[in-house]
Amino acid sequence: MSVETMLGDRQKLAYIAAQAADARLNVELETEGMTLNIGPQHPATHGTLRIICRLDGEQVIWAEPSAGYMHRGYEKLTEVRTFPQVTTLVNRIDWLGSFANEVPFILAAEKLMGVEAPPRAQHIRTILFELSRIANVSLFLGDLGVQMGAITPVFMAFRDREYVLNLIEGATGGRFHPNFDRIGGLFNDLPKGWIDETRATMKKLRNFCDEMDALLFGNEIFQTRTRGIGVIPSEIAVQYGLSGPNLRASGVDYDLRRDQRLPLAWDKVDFKVWTHPDGDSFARCWIRLQETRESTLIVDQLLDTIPAGPIMAKVPRIIKVPEGEAWVSTENPLGEMGYYVISKGDLGPFRVKIRSASFNNISIVPWLLRGVYVPDVITILASLYFILGDIDR
Amino acid sequence: MLAITIPYWGQSLLRVLGGIVAVLLPAGTIVYLFLFKMMSFMQSRLGPMEAGPYGSLQLVAEVGKWLQKEDIMPERADHRIFKMAPLIVLTSTFLLIAVVPFGPDAWFTNFDVGVFYMLAVSSVSVLGILIAGWASANKYSLLGGLRAAGQLIAYELPMVLAVIGVVIQAGTMNLQQIVFAQNAGEMFGWNGLGNPYILTQFVGFCVFMVAVQAELTQAPFDMPIAESELVSGYMTEYSGFRFLIFFIAEFATAGVFALVASVLFLGGWGVPFSWFGWKSIDGVANWMNVVGPIIMFSKMMLLVFLIMWVRFTYPRFREDQLQRFAWKVLIPVSLANIMVTAILKVVF
Repeated sequence: MSVETMLGDRQKLAYIAAQAADARLNVELETEGMTLNIGPQHPATHGTLRIICRLDGEQVIWAEPSAGYMHRGYEKLTEVRTFPQVTTLVNRIDWLGSFANEVPFILAAEKLMGVEAPPRAQHIRTILFELSRIANVSLFLGDLGVQMGAITPVFMAFRDREYVLNLIEGATGGRFHPNFDRIGGLFNDLPKGWIDETRATMKKLRNFCDEMDALLFGNEIFQTRTRGIGVIPSEIAVQYGLSGPNLRASGVDYDLRRDQRLPLAWDKVDFKVWTHPDGDSFARCWIRLQETRESTLIVDQLLDTIPAGPIMAKVPRIIKVPEGEAWVSTENPLGEMGYYVISKGDLGPFRVKIRSASFNNISIVPWLLRGVYVPDVITILASLYFILGDIDR
Repeated sequence: MLAITIPYWGQSLLRVLGGIVAVLLPAGTIVYLFLFKMMSFMQSRLGPMEAGPYGSLQLVAEVGKWLQKEDIMPERADHRIFKMAPLIVLTSTFLLIAVVPFGPDAWFTNFDVGVFYMLAVSSVSVLGILIAGWASANKYSLLGGLRAAGQLIAYELPMVLAVIGVVIQAGTMNLQQIVFAQNAGEMFGWNGLGNPYILTQFVGFCVFMVAVQAELTQAPFDMPIAESELVSGYMTEYSGFRFLIFFIAEFATAGVFALVASVLFLGGWGVPFSWFGWKSIDGVANWMNVVGPIIMFSKMMLLVFLIMWVRFTYPRFREDQLQRFAWKVLIPVSLANIMVTAILKVVF
């Protein structure tokens, strides 16, 4: 029996009046919230991402990412470049794993032209792709420590990433922006001694992963800071269009390297796609650690089976891409990255739509940050792992 | 006692000078040895190498840089309080050093309730931090200041409780007497090592060091200055020489707390008295006034090494986890320690 039915009319009115007075009092006594701008200039956002947080004490009641402080207009700029020139631009999208940005665009252009790179070029492309993944994610592992207050891991990450960058520089001539991929193959063959060097480096990187495992992932403080924080259920992850390690950490077994047939060498190697059932911050970090280790194993396997042959298919000197539309996406270090290229038969693309992983990955931030504490905001953002160039393009 | 007599004003002057030396010298050494060099070696880099041999003059260069900087103050800051805050924090350090004994006669004040005084003045710095956070007119500073206040008050308690075990065992609150009790003591009839309380009060020592780590707001308890989320916490708006004062206070306090810990748990300035056949505190040879500070200094460096080692290794706790750790782990453990100590004190 509800309160109203037990009471007479006068009592009912008095009850309503009392409730109204209570409500008014609650409004008057409501503690005032505080709006905290995390960013655009802030040590926690690697770049200029701004997160507007409405705080109640230290609890976030509402948060919204505000991207676009570093928008460089690459989609528009591609329209005034020729096809080979575009790789220079797209290199700068995810600046930590540059080579991986070039590959899907080149593949899309090749798809339109109907050429396919020779097997050796495909192989080397895959190796460099995985190396840029290792370079990218190993820095993430170190940065994770800094976000949570441990200052030492990041220096170890920088130290060991340097070896990988040296390899990329040795093969391509550019440490950060290789600009090495060409339509129909690669710019150059591998230098002498590079393969042995790479094998040795992969061993170092596996050591680095073990070190991180012991130093950071085995640490109890790290575990209490990340376990159960920022849980993304698998349905929500799919609905928000997450991809890459963030999706796999929610238990969705989806990896474009395995699930998609591309003219690259992933189908020739045997690798495990790691997933984690939890979907919390720890799972996202842990998945990346395992993937780095897995990538070193992929590189090792690929080095054993590099086929001989040319590194460049027969393509005309002046590249004109026939009319048509093509969509190619690959499993980049940050997630699924794809290019939708429309060509009108000119020297350059008519329109390019870039689907970058980070932009979709941070779309879940408002959903994820409700009700968490300010320190957890940083943990969650760190574990989502975005790169600002990849958000703003 | 000393053979020469120094007038009262001379003694006071010497004490002030000695206090400044005792605060600033360890602070500089800690910054160079641990912050610049040890941290660098742990992170596979060299650290400063250009200023002076092996970068030993780096700190001088840094201080020079800070002193030249423009004195920036936020427009909406509470100016008078804003200027006062770093000085209050530093004052707390100087107040702490006043009770630390460095030798049989080398003390600033020989205080009968030294432990009580020490615990009381160590919380003065909370005031400075809180008003620094409030007066900066900055949201990050405010959050940092409030976090610091909550944390320092929470960790004051385990610190007090950890020290009580020592006080019970020594039967005195005079730090000089505590040093004497440790060095003149004996373990099961054997007095070759004295009786440093780190052996009998090991739990207390651990709780004390954890509380010190939190009082210094160093990782894993550096939530108040959490640079990845609060930029620099309550120090965000401070630059130039005001930041320098905070910086000195941070490392000087680390040194002073290490000195206090070495007095309470490691036998302070003394060597086991049985080595030289000293029977009472008056019987201690005069040269201990010179050797004592050196012994103290080396013990301090050892403890600061521990503090810094943890600082450079661990990630930080979240605010609620940190409070839970203080109230649910440290305080019960130190209370149990007090009970056991009291019972054993009665039994033996």
